Amino acid sequence: MTSTNHPAAPVPFLAPGMIYLILFMALPVGLLAFYTFFKRGRFGGIVFEFTLDNWVKLLEPLYVSVILQSIVLAGIVTLLALLIGYPMAYAIAGLSPKWRTVALVAVVLPFWTNFLIRTYAWILLLNNAGWVNQWLQGLGITDAPISMLYTPQAIVVGLLYMYLPLMVLPLYASLQQLDPSLREAATNLGATPWRAFRTITLPLSIPGALTGCIFVFVPAMSNFVIPELIGGGKTIMVGNLVRDQFFEARDWPFGATLALLLTILLVIVIVVQTAVSRRLTEGPRRG
Amino acid sequence: MTTTRRIAAAAAGTIALAFAVSSCSSGGGAAETLDPNADLSEQTLTVSIWADYSPEDLAEKFEAETGVKTTIVNHTTNEDIVAKLTASADSGIDVAFVSGQYAQALGEQGLLAELDKSLIPNEKNLYPEAMELAYDPGNVYSEPYAWGTTGLCYRPDLTGYDPTSWNDLLNPKPELVGKTTMLSTDRWLAEPALKAAGASINTTDDDELAAAKEQLLKTKPTLLAYDDTTFYSKLVSGEAAMVQAWDGWCNYGIAEDPSIKFVVPEEGSDLWTDTMTVLESSKNKEAAMAFINYILDPEVQTWVAENILYKVPNKAAMEALDPALIEQYPTLGITVDELMEQEGIIDLGEDSLKYVDLNAEVLATN
Amino acid sequence: MVDQAAPTTTAMRELEPAARPRAIRKPRGILVPLWLGYVFLYLPILIVVIMSFNASENLFVWKGFSLRWYPELFADEKIMQGLGNTLIVATGATAIATVLGTLLAYGIQHYTRGGLIRAFAIAPAILPDLLLGIGLLTLFSLATVTLGLHSVILAHGVFATAFVTAIVLARMANLDPSLEEASRDLGAGAVRTFMRVTLPQLAPGIVAGALLAFTLSIDEFVIAFFTTAPTQPTLPIVIYSMVRFGVTPEVNALATILLLVSVVTVIAAQRLTRLTGTTR
Repeated sequence: MTSTNHPAAPVPFLAPGMIYLILFMALPVGLLAFYTFFKRGRFGGIVFEFTLDNWVKLLEPLYVSVILQSIVLAGIVTLLALLIGYPMAYAIAGLSPKWRTVALVAVVLPFWTNFLIRTYAWILLLNNAGWVNQWLQGLGITDAPISMLYTPQAIVVGLLYMYLPLMVLPLYASLQQLDPSLREAATNLGATPWRAFRTITLPLSIPGALTGCIFVFVPAMSNFVIPELIGGGKTIMVGNLVRDQFFEARDWPFGATLALLLTILLVIVIVVQTAVSRRLTEGPRRG
Repeated sequence: MTTTRRIAAAAAGTIALAFAVSSCSSGGGAAETLDPNADLSEQTLTVSIWADYSPEDLAEKFEAETGVKTTIVNHTTNEDIVAKLTASADSGIDVAFVSGQYAQALGEQGLLAELDKSLIPNEKNLYPEAMELAYDPGNVYSEPYAWGTTGLCYRPDLTGYDPTSWNDLLNPKPELVGKTTMLSTDRWLAEPALKAAGASINTTDDDELAAAKEQLLKTKPTLLAYDDTTFYSKLVSGEAAMVQAWDGWCNYGIAEDPSIKFVVPEEGSDLWTDTMTVLESSKNKEAAMAFINYILDPEVQTWVAENILYKVPNKAAMEALDPALIEQYPTLGITVDELMEQEGIIDLGEDSLKYVDLNAEVLATN
Repeated sequence: MVDQAAPTTTAMRELEPAARPRAIRKPRGILVPLWLGYVFLYLPILIVVIMSFNASENLFVWKGFSLRWYPELFADEKIMQGLGNTLIVATGATAIATVLGTLLAYGIQHYTRGGLIRAFAIAPAILPDLLLGIGLLTLFSLATVTLGLHSVILAHGVFATAFVTAIVLARMANLDPSLEEASRDLGAGAVRTFMRVTLPQLAPGIVAGALLAFTLSIDEFVIAFFTTAPTQPTLPIVIYSMVRFGVTPEVNALATILLLVSVVTVIAAQRLTRLTGTTR
C-alpha cells in the first residue's frame, strides 16, 4: 500500500508473528492432516504405516449419523437463535443511544461468567429434582417431575443459551446501521409498519443475520461439553467424537480425521455465507 | 525453487523426528538402583489420583512424616490419566493411581518403574491373594491400593424390589425406565451385558462382543444417563433408582441415605484393583517408593478404608476396621474369598481396542 | 425462589418508561421479546447467584441465607491454584499476542498486498478451538514437549494474536497516514517511525486488543483442556472437573464473584471511555 523503500523492511514486523503462527497453528494443523493417513498407536500417537482407513471409516453409518445429527442440532440451535435474537436485536436498535448501550451490555454480560458455570446452571434448573420441576409441581401444573435433562432438547437449550449473544450482536450491528428515515419515509408514504419492515429492514439485515448464524453454528457444531454435561453422554456430537478419540479411544489419526472433516464443513459454510452476503450487498436493492 | 526444497527438507525432518520419537519410546522399566538413604526432604512428589479417592489431608500427613513436599492432583478416568502419561515424555507425575489392567499395560510399555521392594517393607501387610493378582503377579510394577467389585447400587424405596441380576439393569421394569444409569468407561460399560450372557469379562470373542453391543444399544434408551462420577448423588437426589456402581462409590450414597443398598448380581462380576505405580520418568523415585510404603502401613490404610469407604487389600488394616462401620456399609464386609470368586480384569493387549471401539459405538449410536 | 426473582423484574420494568419516549414510534409490545430474552439469559445466572447464599449443601433446597460458601471458596486450594494458573496463562498469552499482533498488523497494513497474510494471521480467531487444541497436543506430544502452563501460554497466544491483529488493523484503518509519511520523509527509518509515530497513535487499539486477548484466555477451556498438564489445571478446567464430579455450592459463590467482577469491569471501562472522551 505504501512505498517499501527497503526490501528487508517488513521482516521485523511480519517475521515474528508469522513464524509463531506457522509453528503453532499451521504446523499443528498440517500435522493433523498428516496423521490422518497413518495407523493409530495403542496409547495414542501413530504407527508409521500408511493407510486410508481413517477417511474410509468416516463413511461408516455410525459416524455419518453422528455428523448429520450434529448438523441438525447445531442447525436447530442456529434457527432458534435467529428467531429469538432477531426481535431482541430489533428492539435494541430502536432504543435511544443511551439505553442501547445498556441493553447491549446486558446481552453480553452473561457471556462473562465462565461458560461451564452457565452450563451447570441449567443442570440446576432442568434436573428431575431441579428448580423448574419444583416450580411446576409447586404450582400444581404437573404431579411428577418431567425428565428434561439428559435429552437432545436439553442440549439445544444449553447451546442456544451459550451462543444467543453471538447472534444478537451482529444482527444489532446491521439493524443499527439502517437509516431510520428510510423506514419513516416508507411509513409516511402509507406503508404499514409490517410492510416497511418487510421491504426495507428485513433485506438489509440479512448480512448481519448470516454473520450471526455463522457465529452460532460454528461453535455449536464443535462443542463437546454441553452434550456431555447436559446430554448425559447419551447424545453425541462431532466434538465429543473428536475428544473421545483422543482421550478415551486413543485413536489419534481418526480423531484428527474427524476434526479436519469438521473444519472442512465449517469452511464450506463460511464460504457460502460470504458469497451469499456479498451477492446481497452488491446486488440491486429491492424496493 | 529454494522454498520448495526448504519445505521438502522441513517435511523430511519432521518425519525423521517422528520416527525417532516413536522408536525411542520403548525401553526403560528395568530396575535402577535407588539410594535407600536418599534425603527425601530434597525430593518433591506429584501424585495423580481419582478425585475424592484419597483422604483430603493425605499430602500433609505424608509430608509431615517424611518431609517430602507432596502435591496431589486428580484425574477423571483411567483413560484420562493414561492419555496424559503417554502424551509427553515427562508428565511431571511421580506416582499414578491406575486400575490394575492399566498398570499391566503401562508396565509392558516400559512406562513404569519396577518397584524397589527394599523400600516398601509394608508390602508384608497385604493379603497373600493381593500379591498374586492376574494383572501383575508378584506386584512388580504396582501395589494395590483398594479393591472391590461392581454391582447394582439402588434405592429399595424407588425400585420397589431388590434386584439380583444384571438383567434388572439391562432390561429394566417399565417403571424404572429413565431411572437407571450405567458406567460408560473402559471395560465396565460392556460388563453387565457380557456377564448377563455368561461371557467372560475379558473376552475377545467377536460374537460375544457383538451380542453385548446389541444388548447395550437396547438398554441405552432406558437410561437416565451414562454416569461414571456422580451416579451416587443421582440416587440420593432421587433422579435415579438403580445405578451400575463400584461397591465403594455406592457407599458414598449410603453415607447420605442409609436406605441405599448394594448387590453383586448373581451372574457374577469383576474383581477390580486400583493400584499405585511409579513412573519410569519420575526423578523422585525414592520418595515415590516411600509414598507407596506409607500408604501400605496398616494404620494409614485403615484410615484410608475408613475415609474413602473402599475395601483395602491390607489384611492388618481390614482386621482393624470398626465392626460398626462394616454394619453401616455392608460392602466393606465382602470377604476376600468372595472377592476372589469374581473375575479379575486384565489387560488384553491389542485386543483391548475391541472394547474401545465397542464403547465408542455404543455411546455414539442413538 | 419466585419471590427472590420479583425485585429484579420490577427494577427492569423501571427502565422501560425512560426507554420509550425517544424511540421512534414502534408497534406496541416490541420490547416484549427483549424482556423475554433477558429472562432466558438471566434466569440461570440468577439461580446460581441466589444459591450461593444458600445455607444448605443441597443445591435443590433453599434452607435460608448464609455467607458460608464465600470463605470456603477462598479456602479451596484447587480453585485458588486454578485461578493462579489462569492468571499466569492469560498474562503470558496476552504479552505474546500484544507484541506479535501489533507488529503483524503494522506489517500487514504497510507491506502486504492482497489478503493472504492477513487471512492467515486472523485465521486462528475463526479456526475451531477443537482443531487447534488437538493439533497442538499432537505437536507437543511429537516434539516431546512437557505439558504445563508454558504449553497453554503458547497455545492461547495463537488465537490471542489473531484477535489483537484484527483489532489493531481495524484501528489502523482509521488512522491518518500523513503523519507516518511525514516522519519517513524526514528521514526516519521504518522501525523508528513505528516506535515514535505509529505506536502512540495505535495505543487505544492495542490496549483494547490486549484486554480482549486477556478476557478470552481467562475463559478458554477447550484448548487448555488439550494442552495443559494434569498437574497444572487452569480455572475453567478445575470448574469442569467440579461440574463433572458433582458440584459443591462453592461453585455458586465463585460464579457470583466472577459475575460481580465483570459487571464492575464493564462499568469501569464505560466510565473510562467516557472520561477519555473517545466514544462519541
